[in-house]
Amino acid sequence: MRGVLARRRAVDVVSKILMATATVIGVFFLCWIIWATLKYGIPGMHWDLFTKDTPPPGTDQFGLRNAFVGSLLLLGLSMAIGVPIGLMAGTWLAEYGFRSRTAETVRFLNDIMLSAPSIEIGLFAYAAVVAPMGHFSGLAGSVALAILMIPIIVRTTDEMLSLVGGDVREAAIALGAPAWVVITKVTWKAARAGILTGVLIGLARITGETAPLLFTALNNQYFSANMFRPIANIPVVIFQFALSPYTNWQQMAWAAAFITVLFVLVLSLVARWFLGKVQVAK
Amino acid sequence: MTADQSEGIRMVSAPLSVKPPDTAQSSGATPAPVKIAARNLNFYYGKFHAVKNVNVEIRQNVVTAFIGPSGCGKSTLLRIFNRMYDLYPRQRAEGEVILDGQNILTVKSIRQLRSKVGMVFQKPTPFPMSIHENIAFGIRLYEKLPRSEMDDRVRHALTKAGLWDEVKNKLNQSGLGLSGGQQQRLCIARALAVNPEVLLLDEPCSALDPLSTSKIEELLFELKEACTIVIVTHNMQQAARASDNTAFMLEGTLIEYSETSKLFTTPSDPRTEAYITGRFG
Repeated sequence: MRGVLARRRAVDVVSKILMATATVIGVFFLCWIIWATLKYGIPGMHWDLFTKDTPPPGTDQFGLRNAFVGSLLLLGLSMAIGVPIGLMAGTWLAEYGFRSRTAETVRFLNDIMLSAPSIEIGLFAYAAVVAPMGHFSGLAGSVALAILMIPIIVRTTDEMLSLVGGDVREAAIALGAPAWVVITKVTWKAARAGILTGVLIGLARITGETAPLLFTALNNQYFSANMFRPIANIPVVIFQFALSPYTNWQQMAWAAAFITVLFVLVLSLVARWFLGKVQVAK
Repeated sequence: MTADQSEGIRMVSAPLSVKPPDTAQSSGATPAPVKIAARNLNFYYGKFHAVKNVNVEIRQNVVTAFIGPSGCGKSTLLRIFNRMYDLYPRQRAEGEVILDGQNILTVKSIRQLRSKVGMVFQKPTPFPMSIHENIAFGIRLYEKLPRSEMDDRVRHALTKAGLWDEVKNKLNQSGLGLSGGQQQRLCIARALAVNPEVLLLDEPCSALDPLSTSKIEELLFELKEACTIVIVTHNMQQAARASDNTAFMLEGTLIEYSETSKLFTTPSDPRTEAYITGRFG
């Protein structure tokens, strides 16, 4: 008996130490990254970042307007493609597929997609959109980002709809409501905070994606809102400017990284706020 | 006394034939007409035989209670009456359930059936919308009404469910903000708003406190003027208090079905007696 207790205590102490170490390591690097972003990003902040386009090499000007606009366009189009598909697929899984073999297969494949390397998705978009079009384009970038976003939305929509009690669904059906009314008026409504959270998490995920954009949207030194042409975007600008020898470009890369971190942070906070509402509604 | 009654309640294991009690309201008066008649009704969850050869006639404008231990098939029986089982592919019913001359099991328009046969569930199930919208939801499925008329219908339904006075000043607030008992009356109001002829209640008070329970029981007395009420309950006192006729089920079989007062005072089957005196279940 005493041997058992002593062993349990030892296991307890060792696992506590291991967990604490892991937490400290994780938080340490996270803090370091945020600290570095703040330290180098804040001095790089400049009004011109939002009003002027990326300057040519060898000047000491600032400007990221074309990249911000391009990134927003890319995110917007990605959402326009990804949200309906993700929402529909997730709804099918939760409302029609249940635990059937087909649904479980789709869930399995979706989970694989969830952790697919983004560079592969970029290559896919290259083969599917860039190659047939003959040139890089914002559209191809949006397709790649949408493909990255869809599995996240599918997963959360499926889970959040499954959380809606079967009794609420049955109650609507017992009134004689057809399936589409039950889904659009009752279950989507009941799960809306959770579904929106999934969309925001998906958006946060694709905000900083660089690899898929290198193969698809590429970059554009000039201002362009044409989604059928290469388009400037923050992640690729950060990538190029950070590698450049020009100090003002490097500063802009830090500033852009800082703004991206801020954007994702705000998205996450909003997502958490919505998620809190989900739990209250339970 | 009719011949049927003098025989008492016949219990044959299969095919079972239980005659409905016919003097529910006042002895001597003509019995209420039959609203729902189940004949040789069997129900399966996959391979599990949950309802076995049930024959039962439910009288119009009375409260009929189904009692029995958990898993006896009483809720299953209720869910056959509005085809709730349709939602689940492995569930199937055999036999006949006649409602107004139509077989429920083969009826073409399930939506029409469900507009005629409303249902209230064990846990309150308000929809995630305002109190007003909860009621209007059902009405909109069948009718397109101008706003003022819709408001009247909503008020009428809430009044019938005894909830109007408590919510009239907060119709635009979420139905989820009401207390459990209020939520359940909201669900009853929602079911009543589409003017059903039959109202099925599946253990409607099991999640409620005694005060809310007694409110709902009082409600049943008023509601049977307008519709036929079938209630499944775990609570024998509730069946005794609130129903006119009571049916006792055990392991998927209908054991005894008679006037509530008779079933609880002089049950004719020893199993019924054992159950109501608390020896099992």
